[in-house]
Amino acid sequence: MTKWLGLLLTVAVVLVAGAAPWLTAHDPLLADFVASLKPPGTPGHPLGTDQLGRDLLARVLFGARLALFIGVCTVVVTAVVGGLLGLVAGFVERWPSAVLMRLADVQLSFPFILLALTINAIVGLGLRNIILSLSAAGWVVYARVVRGEVLSVKQRDFVQAAAALGMGRARLLFRHVLPNVAPSIIVVASLQFSQFIVAEAAISFLGFGVQPPTPAWGSMLSESRDFLYVAWWLAAFPGAALALTALGVNLLGDWLRDTLDPKLRV
Amino acid sequence: MRRYIAARLAQAVLVVLLSLTAVFGMVRLGGDPVLLFLPMDIQAKDVNAIRQRLGFNDPLAVQYARFMGGALRGDFGESLRYRRDALGLVLERLPATLLLAATSIALTLVVAVPLGLLTAVRRDTLVDHVGTVAMVLGQATPGFWLGLMLIYLFAVHLRWLPTGGTGSLAHLVMPSVVLAAFFSARVARLTRSAVLDVLGEDYIKTARAKGLGEARVIGKHTLRNSAIPIVTLAGLEAGQLLGGAVVTETIFAWPGLGRLTVQALLNRDFPVVMAAVSFTSIVYTLMNLGVDLAYGWLDPRVRVRP
Repeated sequence: MTKWLGLLLTVAVVLVAGAAPWLTAHDPLLADFVASLKPPGTPGHPLGTDQLGRDLLARVLFGARLALFIGVCTVVVTAVVGGLLGLVAGFVERWPSAVLMRLADVQLSFPFILLALTINAIVGLGLRNIILSLSAAGWVVYARVVRGEVLSVKQRDFVQAAAALGMGRARLLFRHVLPNVAPSIIVVASLQFSQFIVAEAAISFLGFGVQPPTPAWGSMLSESRDFLYVAWWLAAFPGAALALTALGVNLLGDWLRDTLDPKLRV
Repeated sequence: MRRYIAARLAQAVLVVLLSLTAVFGMVRLGGDPVLLFLPMDIQAKDVNAIRQRLGFNDPLAVQYARFMGGALRGDFGESLRYRRDALGLVLERLPATLLLAATSIALTLVVAVPLGLLTAVRRDTLVDHVGTVAMVLGQATPGFWLGLMLIYLFAVHLRWLPTGGTGSLAHLVMPSVVLAAFFSARVARLTRSAVLDVLGEDYIKTARAKGLGEARVIGKHTLRNSAIPIVTLAGLEAGQLLGGAVVTETIFAWPGLGRLTVQALLNRDFPVVMAAVSFTSIVYTLMNLGVDLAYGWLDPRVRVRP
């Protein structure tokens, strides 16, 4: 049951994000001071409007686009970078493996959100830099998981046999080892995805990351704090959208883990 | 056991040294560090004077040696904003963070472990389904959103609790509930799966077969054997909390380490940032070490492979 809920929610968020411009007639950036702070249910504004009179539904919908875009980019970057480093470290062992593991230890000695936040404050604000910061803080999980998997896969008979037959190292790695660690990469990606979008929202909420007026759920929640006494909907809907997205992706990730790789602990 | 402890200690020292190096390196990510350390509206001629004063004109190796030497003595320089010892500012915030961390960890353990145990023992009953849904929801709900909603409900609407700040027991309620909600969900899920794993083991069947009471089977044989993953997670979360819950402390204006870090980042007060981040990383490493040593005590098999 939960797997269908996860799939349903995830597909719904993707569809809504993709179809955002067709689902609302409003421009998420267009201010209309006459219609500011209208409650949900106002004709023409089903979720109400914010302090500048911008349509909240449009902003939540376009926020979905941004959240998914950031989540997908970060997951791809971390999977490719972390996955490749993990592959090499697990396959070559000796010093690349030792270096990678110490690097991982160091990186894991900083809480994820603090690391991403600090890097973001240093490299600067904006969309590209938030993806960079999250990736810099998040790649290490893949590297560790992939390295561990490679260490066990390369002991298997079919890899040993291919090596004995004289297959080149690169071919061995990408033809025989990679396909066998791919399921773990997919599982880690799905479990990390919601962590990334929630972290992005948290960082934007704190005033870094994506800046207003861009409709990001985190910065919308940040702005909503000043109006909590008069306009609960500004805090309720962007946060609910974020929570539902995280819920869907989490459930999907749990299901993927149970089917692809039940022993994996992230 | 002694060799195991020695190996773990050596590793922790290495990680601390490398983490301090990483903090030094991180501040160089953005290029010229002087620009990070300064307010945006500074005059060009002042930049060079400050660069000289903060020692950024020296060779990198010299700067690195100075940073590491200072850091190991607990000297991260002076806060640019408060003109005070940076580490002193960090330590000043520690009691508030400790109080919040201790409360939310206690809350987490009191709620999560019994819940995880109950859902595992009563697997596939109504209790299990309701409990599991609660865990999944708790894990997916972002803490800062939960915080805002609680403020709206209990502070704005019902006026039962203060919106933020510190000073009384009432101030502690919402921040610790927000932190505990997220951690409880994770700890409870892990407890449930760990207990389910153990319940399938042969020695549990043996214990039951030889007529041991259910209370003893669960209380002694099951709990102790499923403790390892629970201790790991609880330890790691405690480490995270001791570094200050950056987001939760900010929402509730809780004067702890996390809020100090966020403010220092916003003020570009980098000596304080470096002190706070280094401190967090060291505490976190020590918590990891503590968890590893607890492993060795809980499960003697772990000691064999350091």
